[in-house]
Amino acid sequence: MNELEERALLEKTWANESGPFAWFRQVDHRSIGRRFLFTAFVWFACGGVLAALMRIQLARPNNAFLSADRYDQIFTLHGITMMFLFGVPVMEALAVYVLPLMLGTRALAFPRANAYAYYLFLFAGIMVYTALLLGMAPDTGWFSYVPLASPMFGPGKRVDIWAELVNFTEISALVVAIEVVVTILKQRAPGMSIHRMPLYVWSMLVTAMMILFAMPSVMVASNFIGLDRLVGTHLFNPAEGGDVLLWQHLFWFFGHPEVYIIFIPGLGIVSSITAVFCRRPVFGYTAMVLSLVATAFMGFGLWVHHMFATGLPQSGESFFTAASMMIAIPSGVQIFCWIATIWLGRPSYRPPFLFVLGFLAIFVIGGLTGVMVASVPLDLQLHDTFFVVAHFHYVLIGGAVFPLLGGIFYWFPKMTGRLMNERLGHLSFWLTFVGFNLTFFPMHKLGLAGMPRRVYTYLPETGWTTLNVLSTIGAGILSLGMLVYFGNALWSMRRGRAAGSNPWDADTLEWSTSSPPPVYNFQHLPVVTSREPLWHEPDQAPIVTGLAPDKREVLITRVLDAAPDHRYTYPHPTVWPFASAVITGMMLVAGLFTPWAFAIGMALLAIFLTGWFWPSNPKKEGDA
Amino acid sequence: MSARATIDVSELPAHAFGNRSIMWWATVGVIAIEAAVFAATIATYFYLQGNEKSWPPADTPLPDLLWPSINVLILLVSLVPNQIVKSAAEHHNLRTIRIGMIVADLFAVAFVVVRALEFRHLNVSWDSNAYGSITWTLLGFHTFHLVTDLADSIVLTVLMFSRHAHEGKRFVDVAENSFYWYFVVISWIPIYGVLYWAPRLL
Repeated sequence: MNELEERALLEKTWANESGPFAWFRQVDHRSIGRRFLFTAFVWFACGGVLAALMRIQLARPNNAFLSADRYDQIFTLHGITMMFLFGVPVMEALAVYVLPLMLGTRALAFPRANAYAYYLFLFAGIMVYTALLLGMAPDTGWFSYVPLASPMFGPGKRVDIWAELVNFTEISALVVAIEVVVTILKQRAPGMSIHRMPLYVWSMLVTAMMILFAMPSVMVASNFIGLDRLVGTHLFNPAEGGDVLLWQHLFWFFGHPEVYIIFIPGLGIVSSITAVFCRRPVFGYTAMVLSLVATAFMGFGLWVHHMFATGLPQSGESFFTAASMMIAIPSGVQIFCWIATIWLGRPSYRPPFLFVLGFLAIFVIGGLTGVMVASVPLDLQLHDTFFVVAHFHYVLIGGAVFPLLGGIFYWFPKMTGRLMNERLGHLSFWLTFVGFNLTFFPMHKLGLAGMPRRVYTYLPETGWTTLNVLSTIGAGILSLGMLVYFGNALWSMRRGRAAGSNPWDADTLEWSTSSPPPVYNFQHLPVVTSREPLWHEPDQAPIVTGLAPDKREVLITRVLDAAPDHRYTYPHPTVWPFASAVITGMMLVAGLFTPWAFAIGMALLAIFLTGWFWPSNPKKEGDA
Repeated sequence: MSARATIDVSELPAHAFGNRSIMWWATVGVIAIEAAVFAATIATYFYLQGNEKSWPPADTPLPDLLWPSINVLILLVSLVPNQIVKSAAEHHNLRTIRIGMIVADLFAVAFVVVRALEFRHLNVSWDSNAYGSITWTLLGFHTFHLVTDLADSIVLTVLMFSRHAHEGKRFVDVAENSFYWYFVVISWIPIYGVLYWAPRLL
């Protein structure tokens, strides 16, 4: 069989189906990854519109643009959207697309589970935005504290919708996390031993591990509140021995690591972009990796700093203050490594790298205010004020959204085969950077001046008007920047300059295959002999042969040294993941009203999952 | 192209067991998630205990020991057929797998039946007080995890009697299913201790 015949056969084996229902059957990581990204950005836009509505409401005192009830729903849904429907999923979505290519393999592990996770994520957003249109969206804040969220003070179905949304999104996130861990550990190209993994891969491994241990805590919490509301348990009811602070512990044991889950992938993106646009490997690889891992471990030991205002024992406050300040050490190490990389390299200030520089500036400010609120006396003053709002937007927009915008610009040519327009890229960077700072920097001052977060309006005598007006103007500029950015993306998708396989002269494996990649990713899997495979004579690097082109075979390698171990066959497209996600979705929505939904739903789900796992016929042996 | 060095992988096996297999790693991932769920729930149990002067709270009787202790025995004995199935799978011994899986499934069914009796002998309702709520919830989470694994094992057992049973990766599925059963057993011991002995000893 010659090269051409092999390629044709591979094309046939891995091809997506066509036809009206093919969309519901696809399992390949590129289609699902693109869809995942697109959907996440749609929810991001929705969350952005909600933010704009809030800024309009707060632009002047005593404003009646939004009612108090509507405002409560909007700020709650803004938080829910950005944390559950955007922050985590968009990073996982990018990994779903990029990781298999960067690792030099043909598919993401467990492709059908990946499709299932996508549909659950899609349904989650549809459910909660339908609730908003019906005027019954959750209104208790994204962390939905009891007793406000308990049956006595939170009547109706709003909090239950919050709880089910958590179930939807966390099941989805956990499934993808397992795929990511398994793909990284078992499907790296031969030779990509653990000390040659790109830093982006490290960041996703660390993130996925954190998801496995953090998300269960919020699922436990959301099911507890669901039980309290649906079947009358007393877990959070102090009158019967329950406890309201318990909620905060369970929530923040998830909620704090969640912050790292959202921005650690961003750190990985930053490392990828910095290396390529400074024309040298990131300084201090080992220090970078150890810092990521240290951040992950420490991230589980600081949740109580969200609860300083609840009157905890002083020893606890001291411990969590120290732990919270300590997290600045690994973050600082990474910042200095990037600065050293830029210093030693030859930076070229193209849009992806501009977004990285924007990240550095914003994230450092967010980190510094983080050290400030880690101190109990200051925290007691600033708790629940706009200072905190400013702080976490600096951390999350700086730490996650700016790297993400840079990352999308950077990987866009790989996904679409076309480059985004650079001039519009520069314009969108400056608009978002200036707009962001104008929106959120005044909030520090507002918080110091005592403006509490989550108030739907304020009085003219407070003197908060000027800064709020500035902030609203900033939000307008930020929105414009986003419009330019995404307009650029949509325009470039069809009309951008053709990219070729490696437009940035980058170092990692995804740039060794065509743009967009063929359905099988690589005709011959690459073999890796260094940390920057494409910078060291890629034409002479060895390749893998012998994977069957007539089956969806992937190469499974060993965990540490990535030596070839065995072959494994992945499954064909099927409708079962979609069908199972529909059943899961119906179960969770019906569960808003009756606990029997779970009994019936699980029985149905068992039937559907059996259909999913049952092999189709002995020749097509794929059903993982 | 032909001048390049190549690594030929066509002779490599099409499946592997244990930590060489992706199924094993996925199972470890699921175990990590479930262990985190149990840990958070057990932490809640003791957190709520700290709010009460006595545990169980006054006027609430202790849960009966008989049925859960029988279940501990059932699970410990079930390790024998489970291990037989696991090693038979690793040796591609289909006959032993089939018999062993039926026996192992029967143990799991027995466990679920006794579990129903356990719920009836908790001597508290989930809506009487927070102690009752967390007791039912912890036992409920464990039952959920058990029933889903039982359903999964029954499907796999039937599969091993079908024409698909001879594929290599099926043997991996059977082996990893047995591996997961170890977690079922190991997780039940601390939960049993928390639910039935903590109220007596602490």
